[in-house]
Amino acid sequence: MASPSTTADAAIPQTKGADDNYLTHDKGFASWAFTLDHKRIGVMYLASILTAFALGGFFALAVRTELWTPGETIMKHDTYNQMFTLHGAIMVFLVIIPGIPAGLGNIILPLHLGAKDVAFPKLNLASYYLWIIGCVCMLTSLATNAVDTGWTFYAPYSTTTQTNVLPAAFGAFILGFSSIFTGLNFIVTIHKLRPPGMTFFRMPLFVWALYSTALIQVLATPVIGITLLMMMVERVFGLGIFDPALGGDPVLFQHFFWFYSHPAVYIMIVPAFGVISEIIPTFSRKRLFGYQFIAISSLAIAFLGFLVWGHHMFTSGQSVLAGTIFSAITFLIAIPTAIKIFNWVTTMYKGRIHLDTPMLYALAFLWVFTIGGLTGVFLAVMGVDVHLHDTYFVVAHFHYVMMGGAITAFLGGLHYWFPKAFGKMYNERTGRIGAIIVFVGLNLTFFPQFILGSRGMPRRYYNYLPEFQGLHQLSTIGAFTLGIGFLLTAVSLGRAMKNGKKAPNNPWGAVTLEWLTTSPPPYYNFHTPPPVTAGPYDGYEDLVYDEKIGGYVAKKKA
Amino acid sequence: MTQLLALLAEPTLPKLPPSDSFWLPVDASVTTRNIDWVWDFMIWMSVLTTLAIFVAIFHFVTKYRAKSRVANELAEPSAEHNTALEITWSVLPLFVVIALFVWGFKGFVDLRTPPKDAMELHANAQKWKWTFDYQCARGGLTDDTLHVPVDRPVRMLISSVDVLHALYIPNFRTKQDAVPGRYTDLWFQATKTGEFPIFCAEYCGTSHSDMLSHVVVHPPGEYETWLKGACEKADSLVGPERGKKLYSQQGCETCHTTDGTPKIGPTWKGLFGKTESITGGPSQHVDENYLRESIMDPTAKVVQGFAPSMPTYKGKLSDKDIDGLIEYIKTLK
Repeated sequence: MASPSTTADAAIPQTKGADDNYLTHDKGFASWAFTLDHKRIGVMYLASILTAFALGGFFALAVRTELWTPGETIMKHDTYNQMFTLHGAIMVFLVIIPGIPAGLGNIILPLHLGAKDVAFPKLNLASYYLWIIGCVCMLTSLATNAVDTGWTFYAPYSTTTQTNVLPAAFGAFILGFSSIFTGLNFIVTIHKLRPPGMTFFRMPLFVWALYSTALIQVLATPVIGITLLMMMVERVFGLGIFDPALGGDPVLFQHFFWFYSHPAVYIMIVPAFGVISEIIPTFSRKRLFGYQFIAISSLAIAFLGFLVWGHHMFTSGQSVLAGTIFSAITFLIAIPTAIKIFNWVTTMYKGRIHLDTPMLYALAFLWVFTIGGLTGVFLAVMGVDVHLHDTYFVVAHFHYVMMGGAITAFLGGLHYWFPKAFGKMYNERTGRIGAIIVFVGLNLTFFPQFILGSRGMPRRYYNYLPEFQGLHQLSTIGAFTLGIGFLLTAVSLGRAMKNGKKAPNNPWGAVTLEWLTTSPPPYYNFHTPPPVTAGPYDGYEDLVYDEKIGGYVAKKKA
Repeated sequence: MTQLLALLAEPTLPKLPPSDSFWLPVDASVTTRNIDWVWDFMIWMSVLTTLAIFVAIFHFVTKYRAKSRVANELAEPSAEHNTALEITWSVLPLFVVIALFVWGFKGFVDLRTPPKDAMELHANAQKWKWTFDYQCARGGLTDDTLHVPVDRPVRMLISSVDVLHALYIPNFRTKQDAVPGRYTDLWFQATKTGEFPIFCAEYCGTSHSDMLSHVVVHPPGEYETWLKGACEKADSLVGPERGKKLYSQQGCETCHTTDGTPKIGPTWKGLFGKTESITGGPSQHVDENYLRESIMDPTAKVVQGFAPSMPTYKGKLSDKDIDGLIEYIKTLK
C-alpha cells in the first residue's frame, strides 16, 4: 500500500473544521436513532452487544454458582435449566454471531476499504433494529416463563415443554434476518466499494474474513429460520414435523438445526481469524506470513463448514456411513486451521514485537485456540466422540473456541480499533492487566471441564456425583475471575471514553487504510478513496514513531 | 447444605469406581479397546503440539521483543514463504488426521456392531427414569437397575416414550440417544464385575441430572441366580406390596411423592377418595376407575395446576400391576 501519510492529507476531508468527526457531526437522540452512518450503527451495535454480553455473563455466573455444590446451592432445577438456556441463547444469537461482524466490522470494513459507507446504509440500520426486535423477543421469554430447552431447541422437548419457547425461537428467527442483512450488505460492499488498486489479494485479511462470514450468513441462516418456524408451527398448531407422537421425526430437527448451526460456528470464529490477522503483523512490525493461504483458507473453511453438520450427531441414531463421511470432512477442516496458527506464529519470527493489549489478546488467542482446535480433533474421532459427546468435554471445547477464540479476538479487536473508533487512548496498564486476568480466568474456568467431561460428567446437569465437586469448584472460581477481568476491562474502556488521552491517527503504526484518516474518522471517512499500490501489510518501514503525538507518521522523504 | 447431605446420603446415587487414569474412568468393557489407546495418543499429541506452539511464541516474544516505540526498530528481513516448511506443516498433520480418522472409524464400527450371539435387553427411557426389561421363565420383569453377566456381549435395545434421552455408561465408553418413535441400540461386554453408573446424556428437562441408574455386573453364574430370584419375587408380590415396588421401578416416584408435597404431578398421599379439579373439565372424584384411566390415558383428565406430561403405561403394566398400584395408593392416607 502506498505509504500511509503520503495520501493521508489528501484523504482527510476538511468539511467542518478540524474537530469535526462522526461523533460530533450531528447531535441529539434522533441523529443516532436514524443515522445511516456505518460508524454510528457500529457503535450502537457494540453498546447493545456488550450489554447483552453482560446479561449472558450474569446467567453464566448464576449457573456456575449453582454448580458450587451438587444438589441445590442457590436455585431449583427448573431455574437452572432456564439459566443455562438463556446464557447459551444470548451468547450465541445476541453476542458472538453479531459481535465481530456487525459490531467491529460495521465500523472498520468501510474504513478498511477507503469507502464512505457500506453499500446499503439503510439496510444496515434495518439490521440493527431487527437485532433490537430479536433481543426484545428473547427478553419477553426471559421475563415471562423463560425458555428451558437449551439454545439448541431440540424437538420434541421444545415442542412439548410448558415454558415460553415461542418468543425465544421467534427472537432467534428475527436475529437471523438481522444477520442475513449484515452479510448481504458486506458482500456487496466488498465487491463494489473497494478503492482503486485494491484487488482481492490486496484486501486486508479482516475483509477476507468478513467476506467468508457474510457468505455463510446469507446461505446458511435461512435454514435456521425455516427450522424454527416449523418448530413453532408444530408447537402452536400440532402439525407433526418433528414430534413422533404426531408422526414427525426428531432426528430431522437435528439435521436442520445443525445444517445452520455448524456453519454458524464459523460465523463466530472466522471473523476472529480476521482480527488476529490484523493484530499480529501490526504488533510484529512485519508482513504476515502466508497471506494468500490465510485468505483462501477462510473461504475453504466457510465452504467445508457446510458439509460437516452430522458430526454433532454421531450418537443420534444417524447411520454409520453418514457418520463416516461427516467425520472425514471434519478432519479436512483441521488442516487449514492448523496451518493458520503456524502462519500467525511464524509471522512473529524476526519481527519486532510490541506487547500492547491487542497483542496480548492475540497471543492469548493463539494459546486457547490451539487447545480448542486440538480438542476438536478428539471429538472428530468417531469412536472417541461416542464417549465424549454431550459431556463437559464438549462444553469445554466449544468454550475454548467461542469464548477463548471469538471473545478474546473480539476484545483484542476492540482495544486495537478503540483509538480509531472513539479518538481516545485507553490506559495501557489496566488494558494489559484485564487481558491477563481474562486469560487466566478462562483457562481456570474451562480446563477443569475437559477433565470433568473425559471422566464422564454429562453436560446440562443440575446435580452431579460428589466426586466431581472439586473440579466444578475450580471452574466456578475461574468464572468469577473471568468476570472480574471483564469488569476491569469495561471500567478501563469506559473511563478511556470519557477522559482518555487524545488518540493519534495511527497509534500502532498499522498500514491498512483505516489508519490514514483521523481518529475518530470524519463523517465521510475519506474525501476520495485512497489509491492502493501494494499489499495490505507492506510499508511498515515507511512509518516512524513521533513521540510528540504518540503515534506513527510517514517517514520524511530525503 | 442440608440438601447436599441428603444427596450424599441418598443410597441409590451411583458411584464411579476410582480410576488410576487421570483422564478416563476405569475401563470395564471390551468396547474400550479401540478407544482408550487412541485417547492416549491424542493426549500426548496435543500436549506436544501445545507445548511446541507455546515455546515458539515464548521464544519469539522474548527474542524479538521491541525495545520501545521510540527506537523505531524494523523487522529483520525474512522470507514471506518457505516452501519446505509449509509443505512439512501441511503434510505432517494430514497424515496424523488420516490415521486418526481410520482409528476413529474402526472404534465407531466396533461400537456399533454387536456380536451375533449377544444377549438382548431392552432399555426404556422416560422423563426421568431408566427402566430395563428382563425375560423371566414366565412373563417379564422390569427393574430400574441394569443387571448383566460379566464377559458376555450384551445388546441394549433402547427406546423412549417422550423426548430424547441418551443412555451413557462412561466405564464402557458407550452412549446412544434414546429417540421416541424408533429403536436405537448399543452393546458392550463387561470385563469387570461391580457397579458402574449410568447417566442420561441428552438434555430432557427438569430432572435430567437425576435420571441416573447403575449397571450391576455379576460374576459368572450369578446373573442367572439373580434373575431367577428377582423374577420369583416380582411374581409373588401382590396388592400394595407390588404397587410399592412398581412405584420406584416404573419411575412414578420421579413425579409423585408419597409425603404430601406436590412435585411434577399430584402427591399420592391422601389422593384416593379426594375430589380434584380437572383442567378444562368437571371436577373428579378419585376412585379406582379414575386412577386406572390416569395410568392408561394420563392426559385425559389432568388435575388443575399440573402439566400434561405423564406418558401412558398402556401395554407396559399388567392388570395385576395396576391393581397393585391402586391398592398402594389407597394405603397412603
